[in-house]
Amino acid sequence: MSSGIAVEKLHIAVVGPNGEPHDIVQDVSFNVAPGEVLALIGESGSGKTTIALALMGYTRAGCHIRSGSIKVGDVDVTALNTDALVALRGRKIAYVAQSAAAAFNPAHRLIDQVIETSVVSGTSRAVATKRAHRLFTDLALPDPERLGQRYPHEVSGGQLQRAIAAMALMTEPDVIIFDEPTTALDVTTQVEVLHAFRNAVRNHGTTAVYVSHDLAVVAQMADRIAVLRRGSLQEIGRTDVLLRAPSSAYTKGLLNAYMAAAPTDTQRGASPPERNSLLELQEVDAHYGGVRGVPALRDITMSLDAGTMLGVVGESGSGKSTLARVLTGVLPTARGTIRLDGKALAGSLEARSKDELRRIQLVTQSADTALNPAHSVRSILARPMVFYHGLSTSAANEHVPALLERVKLDPDLADRQPGQLSGGQKQRVNLARALAAEPAVLICDEVTAALDTVVGLAITDLLKDLQRSSGIAIIFISHDFRTVERVADEIAVMYAGQIVQLSKAAALNDPLCHPYTELLASSIPTLRTDWLDQLARDNLADDAADGRIADRRRGCSFYGRCDLAQPGHCDVAVPPLERNANGGLIRCVLNEQDFLRSQSVSSLSQKECRHG
Amino acid sequence: MLKLLLKRALAAMLTLVAISAGIFVAIMLLPGDAADIVLGQASSEEARAALQATMHLDEPAPLRYMHWLAGALHGDLGTSLISNIKVANLIGSRLTNTLLLAGLTTAVAVPLAIALGITAAVWRNSIYDRAMMMLAVASVSVPEFLVATLAVIGFAVELRWFPALSKADASSPASMLSNFTLPVATLALGVIAQLTRMTRTSLIAVLDLDFIEMARLKGLRQSRIVLHHALPNAAGPIANAAALSLSALLGGVIIVEVVFDYPGLAKLMVDAVATRDMPLIQACAMVFCAGYMALGLIADLFSILTNPRLAHS
Amino acid sequence: MSAVSISEPRRHRRLPLSAWVGLTIAGLWACVALLAPYAAPHDPGKILDQGPFALSSSTALLGTDYLGRDVLSRVIFGARFTFGLALLAALAASATGAALGIAAAVGRRWFDGIMSRTADGFISIPHLTFALIMVAAFGSSLPVLLALLATSYIPGAYRIARASAINVNATDFVQIARARGEGTFYLVFREILPNIVAPIVTDFGLRFIFAILLMSSLSFLGLGVQPPDADWGALTRENIEGIYTASLSVIVPAAAIGTLTISINMAIDGFFAPAASEVV
Repeated sequence: MSSGIAVEKLHIAVVGPNGEPHDIVQDVSFNVAPGEVLALIGESGSGKTTIALALMGYTRAGCHIRSGSIKVGDVDVTALNTDALVALRGRKIAYVAQSAAAAFNPAHRLIDQVIETSVVSGTSRAVATKRAHRLFTDLALPDPERLGQRYPHEVSGGQLQRAIAAMALMTEPDVIIFDEPTTALDVTTQVEVLHAFRNAVRNHGTTAVYVSHDLAVVAQMADRIAVLRRGSLQEIGRTDVLLRAPSSAYTKGLLNAYMAAAPTDTQRGASPPERNSLLELQEVDAHYGGVRGVPALRDITMSLDAGTMLGVVGESGSGKSTLARVLTGVLPTARGTIRLDGKALAGSLEARSKDELRRIQLVTQSADTALNPAHSVRSILARPMVFYHGLSTSAANEHVPALLERVKLDPDLADRQPGQLSGGQKQRVNLARALAAEPAVLICDEVTAALDTVVGLAITDLLKDLQRSSGIAIIFISHDFRTVERVADEIAVMYAGQIVQLSKAAALNDPLCHPYTELLASSIPTLRTDWLDQLARDNLADDAADGRIADRRRGCSFYGRCDLAQPGHCDVAVPPLERNANGGLIRCVLNEQDFLRSQSVSSLSQKECRHG
Repeated sequence: MLKLLLKRALAAMLTLVAISAGIFVAIMLLPGDAADIVLGQASSEEARAALQATMHLDEPAPLRYMHWLAGALHGDLGTSLISNIKVANLIGSRLTNTLLLAGLTTAVAVPLAIALGITAAVWRNSIYDRAMMMLAVASVSVPEFLVATLAVIGFAVELRWFPALSKADASSPASMLSNFTLPVATLALGVIAQLTRMTRTSLIAVLDLDFIEMARLKGLRQSRIVLHHALPNAAGPIANAAALSLSALLGGVIIVEVVFDYPGLAKLMVDAVATRDMPLIQACAMVFCAGYMALGLIADLFSILTNPRLAHS
Repeated sequence: MSAVSISEPRRHRRLPLSAWVGLTIAGLWACVALLAPYAAPHDPGKILDQGPFALSSSTALLGTDYLGRDVLSRVIFGARFTFGLALLAALAASATGAALGIAAAVGRRWFDGIMSRTADGFISIPHLTFALIMVAAFGSSLPVLLALLATSYIPGAYRIARASAINVNATDFVQIARARGEGTFYLVFREILPNIVAPIVTDFGLRFIFAILLMSSLSFLGLGVQPPDADWGALTRENIEGIYTASLSVIVPAAAIGTLTISINMAIDGFFAPAASEVV
């Protein structure tokens, strides 16, 4: 049983600091047929979450529904009083939140919270619990009978998201609202969760509204897509139609940003003829918490040439951010050497010279906290010049406008403070500050992760330009495989603190990649609407369901999740990085012959899907 | 978790010992010697020498401190210089009186403050909330003796409902009401003002958390959300706040006992300071410090016990 | 994103009325304290003709005290002690505490360890008890009072400064400056300090209020400012017999303390924590 949704001329307003209300959602109208899945797509500030919440008659503090109607089934939600709304929520309309922290009370067991609405509505505990267990099983959660007894902090992120879905499905609602439910998950965990959601929605025939900023995810989940920008509807249409031939300019822009294809070798530009090795790491180890602490990096060996971009890709726990810390000296090395221009660098920050520190600069993810809110942009940019190059403050100030132009910012911004800049502008200032030192190596650690897709694309293009024009070597660290593939000349794939693959970007198209690279690449949703269906995921190994990286002291860290694992070999010895036929390096026990043999049997079909 | 608590308790003990040493040092810096104080300047050499020997004044300071510490651990806190009675005896009955006063105040103030704080948080920014907060700020800002003085003027002098001076007479409900209402009310005001604010802040912090919004979106009633979801998470901070607010009692009780001439430990200490009766001051101060630290430990205990990660690991 | 509460850049937001009221009243008392000889109608020691505990009249606007002296003049001169002593003590405590706290946050571990243990130790002694012990040992002269007030509040100021500095120290922008190779001096004065000014000044305001309350309580017990000088606590004490006639001589000095502390509270809330302010 499900209801349709009809939204008519919806306006939602917020009261500004001066007391004047202004609209954050303007004149939005759309329909959802019973049993259909509609996606609300947009970047931050588009109003998508506000609209989704309004479907339950809920507005966040300071906001109110100014005018318009929202009909769910026969009921006009905007006309209901508090008691009626309480009766509606959780029962007729259910909500799946973005993260577990947003959904679960840390002081109560999972099962109590999952069955809470049902029990409060009159269902007996026993009946509700049984139903919950059945839902857990349907959603492919491990150990469904006992999972509920745990507390939220004892369960992993991917499992918690599915538990939230179970909580929503408990009362057999007519409508489910999914609010960015996989945004906080690693890409490899996301796949399982998307599968589970899609099956649940199909089996129950529920009407669903799916809020997201990710076009590819939405391509898998939704029948129709509504594109939002700054509170107004840009266009709405069937998924396959909209993705192939969008009508609004904004949607076209979003698609372009998404589909910026990996350039061919000629487009990349000829790689510099001589290998001018600028930065070299040899067997570097690093630990958190002293020598006996957690090993964060193991056996890192890599080199970086001047004028090239090295992409470092990995998920949470891979050690990629630790690598950045080690390169800048913030985290001392426990073993191994780092060489800059042939000269060994001291392992820790305090021991390095000012010039050595100058030549390696870091740009981090959250521009919000990377800029001192008490300083002006001018003083932030002038400082490195004063500090490293010994300029006087007034001389440094004169260079500031040119620096701002280099990162394509208006020189007038120099007098502003960080609190007055947008996210993209702050990130450019961050970059400009690093450039002010005139470094040889620029490390970009997840610089686009917190930005909207379009804004992030502009930043990566800027980085590529800088690389070409000034010959800076860039290390681009990201969890976003597609972007790294697009911009980097060479790519290092990291897992559990080790480099598992190191090869030219072009070579990633090859069958000869590390099983983890394989997993990572194939977990990224494409715009093909049948991508999720075609993904064969029958053997869910133990670690995969958990999404956690096992801390294996012996053997390969990827053992528990690897389709090609060889018991007796892989769980016993850590393989070294070895060259494969294409000149790249992979860390895998299987030699070429075995590799090719097993590849041809099972995963070649997946290969074709990857670049669909 | 038990380990954490034991560590805290041990630290508290050590601090207490350190404080006692500190007080001892402060006393040592007093010009003139204790024997002079007792006997007066014009006393005979033999008398002074004899008294010095009895009071261990001829021994080096650290040894004197050891004597005192050893005595204290056995319950012998020295002898009053003025009245020549054992300090432990002097303190005994007065301590009971003060504990009675403190206990009554706690029983009245804590439940009331928590109730006021919870309601203020639930009806945030309403007129009730604003009024409550203004009163709380005012009460915390004014000195205890102002409140006590106004209370006496208002209720004892003008209205004649209660006596201006209080005896520690708890023999009958009527005499309790008569003697204890004003002192308890005065003391309680300070505690209530602080605890109400802290309770309100703690509960609001929890009510602003995301999972509370989720509870609303699940269609739960406000009463269930506050009682079942918010309060359990705020209980720890609130209990912590209660223990901390009660430490305000330790300052207030000194003023209240003086204004109402109540025969408690605090008044004993003030009188001892006026007469420079050092052994008595030392012992009273130790009791107060120990009480203060006990409250701090209880506050920590609540924090640890109610942290879900520590409790359920 | 981490929940670091760094002070936001000062935007021109409308300050609530209460902040201005608070500032005005506190400012008035400050002027009165400074200009006491010019503000007071009579010499505070002069005995007037009306006799003791006289009611308010045109010569003695607030009546006379237990000896027959003008209450208004005595309260005006008393402001010098109440306001002045507490202000000096609070400034000393805040400055010392802030310096130590910041040093502990950015400096060597052992320094932080020792300082924090000592601060914890001091904080374990209730303030009035500590004051009583100090007075018993050293007497009630003005320098002693100033010293004991300042010492009481250094640990609290230290804690706030240290906590705020540690918070800011952990932010990305400070880490970046450190990774640049910046020295401690630059880090403390250019990066950290501008961002912790708000909590430190707020704390200073609180210390000021506590110092006023502690000082007057001590005087009320007869152990603070000694005759012939008198702060508002001492004035309340010496006129305590006036309770039975509800005389202004006992109410006004006590109430004056309240006006001063509440006005400082309103000013701080308004200027530094408008969002957290619970008063309109």
